[in-house]
Amino acid sequence: MTRMEKAANFSRRAVLKAGGALVVSIGAPVSPDFAYADEALSMSATMRPALTPDQLSSYIAVNADGGVSAFFGKMDMGHGISVAIAQMVAEELDVPFDTVKVVMGDTATSVNQGGASGSTGIQEGGRQLRAAAAEARRVLVELAADKLGVSADQLTVADGVVHAAGDVAKKASYGELIGGRYFNVELAWNGQIGNPLYAPGKARSKDPKDYKIVGQPIRREDVAPRVFAQSDFCTDVKVPGMVHGRMIRPAVAGAMPVNVDESSIKHIPGARVVWNEGFLGVLADKEWDAIKASRELKVTWSNAPPPFPDQASLYDHIRKSPVRKQEAGGKPIGDVDEAFKSAARVIEAEYEWPFQSHASMGPACAVVDIKGDQITVWTGSQKPHFTRDGVAGILGVPQEKVRGIWVPGPGCYGRNDAGDAAMDAALLAKAAGKPVRLQYMRDQATGWDPKGPASLHRARAAIDETGKVIAYEFMSKAFPRVDVNSNESKPYDTLAGQLTGVPLRSGDGFAVPEESYGFANKRTYWQTIAPLLDRGSPLRTSHLRDPVGPQIHFASESFMDELAAALKLDPVAFRLQYVTDPRDIAVIKAAAEKAGWQPRPSPRKDQSGGNVSGRGFAYVQRHPTRVAIVAEVDVDRSTGKIWARKFTVAHDCGQIINPDGLRHAIEGNVVQGISRTLWEEVKFDNKMVTSIDWLSYPILDMTEAPETIDVVLIDHPEIAPSGAGEPSTRPVAAAIANAVFDATGVRIRRVPFSPDYVKAALS
Amino acid sequence: MNQRFLLTVNGTSHAVDADPDTPLLYVLRDDLGLNNPHFGCGLAQCGACTVHLDGQAARSCITPISAVGNGEIVTLAGLGTPEKPHPLQMAYIEEQVPQCGYCINGWIMTAAAFLRDKKKPTDAEIRIALEGLKCRCGTHMAILRAVKRAAAAMD
Repeated sequence: MTRMEKAANFSRRAVLKAGGALVVSIGAPVSPDFAYADEALSMSATMRPALTPDQLSSYIAVNADGGVSAFFGKMDMGHGISVAIAQMVAEELDVPFDTVKVVMGDTATSVNQGGASGSTGIQEGGRQLRAAAAEARRVLVELAADKLGVSADQLTVADGVVHAAGDVAKKASYGELIGGRYFNVELAWNGQIGNPLYAPGKARSKDPKDYKIVGQPIRREDVAPRVFAQSDFCTDVKVPGMVHGRMIRPAVAGAMPVNVDESSIKHIPGARVVWNEGFLGVLADKEWDAIKASRELKVTWSNAPPPFPDQASLYDHIRKSPVRKQEAGGKPIGDVDEAFKSAARVIEAEYEWPFQSHASMGPACAVVDIKGDQITVWTGSQKPHFTRDGVAGILGVPQEKVRGIWVPGPGCYGRNDAGDAAMDAALLAKAAGKPVRLQYMRDQATGWDPKGPASLHRARAAIDETGKVIAYEFMSKAFPRVDVNSNESKPYDTLAGQLTGVPLRSGDGFAVPEESYGFANKRTYWQTIAPLLDRGSPLRTSHLRDPVGPQIHFASESFMDELAAALKLDPVAFRLQYVTDPRDIAVIKAAAEKAGWQPRPSPRKDQSGGNVSGRGFAYVQRHPTRVAIVAEVDVDRSTGKIWARKFTVAHDCGQIINPDGLRHAIEGNVVQGISRTLWEEVKFDNKMVTSIDWLSYPILDMTEAPETIDVVLIDHPEIAPSGAGEPSTRPVAAAIANAVFDATGVRIRRVPFSPDYVKAALS
Repeated sequence: MNQRFLLTVNGTSHAVDADPDTPLLYVLRDDLGLNNPHFGCGLAQCGACTVHLDGQAARSCITPISAVGNGEIVTLAGLGTPEKPHPLQMAYIEEQVPQCGYCINGWIMTAAAFLRDKKKPTDAEIRIALEGLKCRCGTHMAILRAVKRAAAAMD
């Protein structure tokens, strides 16, 4: 069954009759489940209060049967966040969990809460839905008070039914009170859209001690449809009359097509070219024909100068490049320069991290349908509201003429290739005069997605005569974290925009370590350098899971280990000596205890032979979340191969909404973190990225997966929940590096720890 | 030049007109509307397109339609249903394995063929049987738990 067929089914039963008496604060009839129902949408659009952030109806609706729709302006990127959101909404409304349906990712049904972004699904997105649900409950209780003639403070709610305290006969269900009609209640919107959007009502949310649903390990509903092949991905969307598109990229980055010989594909049925400056694609009725046309089209490219340094000189390039921007990570503490002058000993180290690819499981796909002045884009992008804005921009139409519909894509860990695919599909659809489905090919997915930036990091510490760290300095010098923004709302942030004449507007930014080491003198800062190519670059940077976190904390937490080793101190004890935040201390102790950590300095000195083992520690903050991790590794000295065998993760993200979902998210983060540490490096020559498939961009294989990942969850019901989608990615590389040092006595300061590199380092 | 091919997919016969070079993947997805095998690489490097061809796991992205012959094709949708699930499908639900879920055909279809022929596999044997398949979200631990659970159920 395709998405479009489902839509028709929804629309038939879409708009409900609004029975019962009109109540003052109630708006228009609501359709319960119109995420994909065009008919229902067009009928309800005139009756629903405006879909604006200041309306309660933009977040919560009660259907005629009493079921609740929660309209969520963020998306699930695989962590099952809709379950957690439904838990938060059900908890505040006092309705059964399974009566709440979270409707995500359609610009026609939700406001822009920033999409999937920065691990803020619960932290920011859930915060808003929680506030909206609490307000909905307050309004419903007031409605019941009027209906039942009982004051609101004498009413309680259970399972979506409002009861009078001393008279069980006096009751009214949510369905009776408002079912089938929209709320018409204004919220106190803070005027922001995206992640910072917040619009509370008058209600206070529940005291965590009363939680019944939040904190429960409720399972995902979307797993069974996946395993029975009954649910669709973005790649499965089919629209009547749709044709297939494929894009063509140059063999030298920056080269432009100067001649396109359309006769070279005339033998392929229906094949045609779409060409505008650097934008070059093909269309055909059948997908395989579009692929063949993209391969067989004869194109003459401009003689572009090779834009990239040789890979071997990448880090020298970063070292020697002029600094474009420098920024401190807050006000320096103490007088760092004076402290270094008085040091008995100075320890310094430099670390290197390569460009990395999202390398999503499938190449990005988008479907665009232009019907008169109404445009629909189906996208796997993590930010469909911004995709809508981008499509409107690139087609030159008002935003309200475009509907963006998110459908789960083939993997997404940030600003991957999905945003570019949507814009390319829009230009192809405009040229085709028909709906177009575009999917990239594997070499484009890995070769041309926005990359996590390459970086180098320098750390130094001043030690006094007693062995105390008296000063610490940490700096990063790197390509910017976002050459293209983390969303695709502006043409200059997309390949299609850049290839049709809009140059890159590289954002300048990086970050500094997040920790609470209380060194008396401390200074952290970053520097960025210019991108390598001003448009259409396969090495343009953007957000990749935990943007710039893995590289920074690989360096900072490796360096803490270096300090501990230099001072012949146990790495955990060393950290506890300086860490100041109580939650940090707790998470560090929890990981060490669970792992059975025995205090001693690294490296081990009791091993000989070819195979050696070691253990390593790392701890990080990521905004309010804290993670500490113990890695245990085996190293084959003869081959340089590392098996990252066991991990123990202690995780504190404040209030836990769903421990089961949280554990799965942490496991995935750790495994992806291992992959990025051991294997992942975007290869390139001076013309082009040469990592174009799974052989040239290997990721962690099942034969290399850990034996065990133990997770310790620290729950703080009293502390607002913070992100978990990314933080546990952040300490993995350092923990492995520190374990390799413990095992071998050799410090690996460059990612990836490929067998060849490690073998060379060990010899 | 298009030719007519007769295919048996999940027990149903289909006639398809296609270029003989067309990979089976596109015939299943575009001509027969079976969305479950996915395009991941087109290079037989990831497994997202895996189906069973005469009971063996096959990468449909590099299998030309002309090479299928009279082979019986089974896709993930044909492996089991909610009413009559395959033990691996049950185990995947029990262990809540997928994140994005795009890789799912490779792991389940490969493991199904493996577990049919290999009873009581060890951890190492399972890992080797699944070597080369890709999961970018990093659900490896959950996949291993699910395959072990299914192996126990099929014992």
